[in-house]
Amino acid sequence: MTRGGAARRHVAAWGATFVAPQAVLFAVFFLLPVVIAFVLAFMDVRPTRMTFIGLANFKRVLADPLFGKALTNTAIFTAVVVVFWLGKALLIAYLLDPMNRALQTFFKSAFYLPAVTSSIIISLVWAWIYHPTFGLLNAFIGLFGLKPVAWLGNVDTALASLMAMQIVMGGGSSIVLLSAALARIPRDLYEVALIDGAKRPVIFTKVVLPLIRPTLLYLVVTGTVNTFQVFESVYVMTQGGPQFSTTTVVYRIYQEAFQRFNLGLASAQAIVLFLLTFVLAAVQFRFLGQNVEY
Amino acid sequence: MTARRFDPFLRDPDHPVRPGPVGAVVILVVLVVLSLAAIAPLYWMFATSLTPSALTVKFPPELVPSAPTLRNYQEVLGQPNFMRWVLNSLIQSVSVTLVTIATASMAGYALAKLPFRGSRALFWLFMLSMMLPFEAILVPLFLVVTRLGLVDSYLGLILPLLVSPFSIFLMKQFIGTLPTELLDAARVDGAGEARIFWEVVLPLVRPGLAFLGIITFVAQWNSFVWPLVVTRSSGMRTLQVGLVLIREQEPLFYGLHMAAAVLAALPVIVVFFAFQRYFLRGVTVGALKG
Repeated sequence: MTRGGAARRHVAAWGATFVAPQAVLFAVFFLLPVVIAFVLAFMDVRPTRMTFIGLANFKRVLADPLFGKALTNTAIFTAVVVVFWLGKALLIAYLLDPMNRALQTFFKSAFYLPAVTSSIIISLVWAWIYHPTFGLLNAFIGLFGLKPVAWLGNVDTALASLMAMQIVMGGGSSIVLLSAALARIPRDLYEVALIDGAKRPVIFTKVVLPLIRPTLLYLVVTGTVNTFQVFESVYVMTQGGPQFSTTTVVYRIYQEAFQRFNLGLASAQAIVLFLLTFVLAAVQFRFLGQNVEY
Repeated sequence: MTARRFDPFLRDPDHPVRPGPVGAVVILVVLVVLSLAAIAPLYWMFATSLTPSALTVKFPPELVPSAPTLRNYQEVLGQPNFMRWVLNSLIQSVSVTLVTIATASMAGYALAKLPFRGSRALFWLFMLSMMLPFEAILVPLFLVVTRLGLVDSYLGLILPLLVSPFSIFLMKQFIGTLPTELLDAARVDGAGEARIFWEVVLPLVRPGLAFLGIITFVAQWNSFVWPLVVTRSSGMRTLQVGLVLIREQEPLFYGLHMAAAVLAALPVIVVFFAFQRYFLRGVTVGALKG
């Protein structure tokens, strides 16, 4: 008994030691900043001193029409991109599933390539494709007799252009995950459904969808949280314009913190962002997580 | 059991719900169109990078460069700090990758196999932190690094990027599959915990380490927000930040932007093709882009 206790203590000491490097980094570069964010959000931060001002920063955030605009833009961007990107990934994975291995590998690689290319590179390339005078896209629509469009310079098209880029280039890693989930579906379930005389759409909705639901849930949640943080494409392609039509929440925080050095306000904005992502993820878990039997 | 015959429509002969020949052709057409849409921009980046500046500002654009040249590449490489940015990106990516592999596998081993007081709580704290987007702590993290006097330094660039609850989770999952009896047997043989970790655990999770290393390298090479915020002087910038700087300095030379973009994309594309099977295996990775 005492020997067992000594062995357990020995193991515990090694466990604590092995976890220590990551735990220390985590404490200094994650937990500490989180605490500071909560403190700063209630402060008026000036170069020389900080004063406690209660909820004034939060009131300013909520009253700020530009933050409201950023929230709306981000919500539209996220909703559209997640639906179309995941729809595209599901379509491709489902179409690939009954095809042979070589073909699957070929297309998965093709769709994955844009996913390993950085969002800065993708944004630079698309800024060039969207160029109002010399861009590829205007040349392409010119073939159909359409007039050139200032894709990124126009209030009506700028946000949609950013979304289109995200959807066209996105999906690589989700296709791979969905494809793996589809391949795990037991083959005899299909055979039973076929014997019952089920048609393909019915098999898709009654057999396939329920079985890949955990993967879909994972992708919806991570996809929403990540898309909500959209920043790079805005920074490179539009700087939030024209007329704030592409200003997103993270871009707004970046401006407030690193261009205007308004750290208290930026912290309050960051906490609002954090609460929103948390609520979004929780809601999705609640609704999509029901009846997962796998 | 018949020998597997070649299917001219490239279907999987064993799949219970195969499409008919017409269906297979439709599938192939849809796949080709969608993949071309995703690959065409990368081709266009490459084509423009070979086009002389005078010919990029021409309408309609040349789909295939009529007078291909390497001038844009020469000019990119001649930019005062370009090689320095490449070096900085390499320093960041390689050091974060190596340290993450080492510390995350240690932490993963501890959380999977070496229970200590509070280890479950710590694990859940790590998991919970994955819910918090990095951008939400950007400002206070910058203040911490400022207070430590590490702004515009390699340590300031690298240290915060080493925090990786996801890597810990991944390694805990890999190591958790190893039988505990195996570790106990080594203990009975008198091996110390450090030796068990080094000689028993690590060799058995080598594919997991490789996978972690590859995705970490790609994510670090592509990272932008933290390097943008924490570096100040031109000599400390990383390649991704440098790409934006090149465009700010030479806004009208699209061939130059695209040549720089090709050079920045090349390392990860090489890594992708070299380790293709790791990327296409479908381990639950979630977002690669940070």
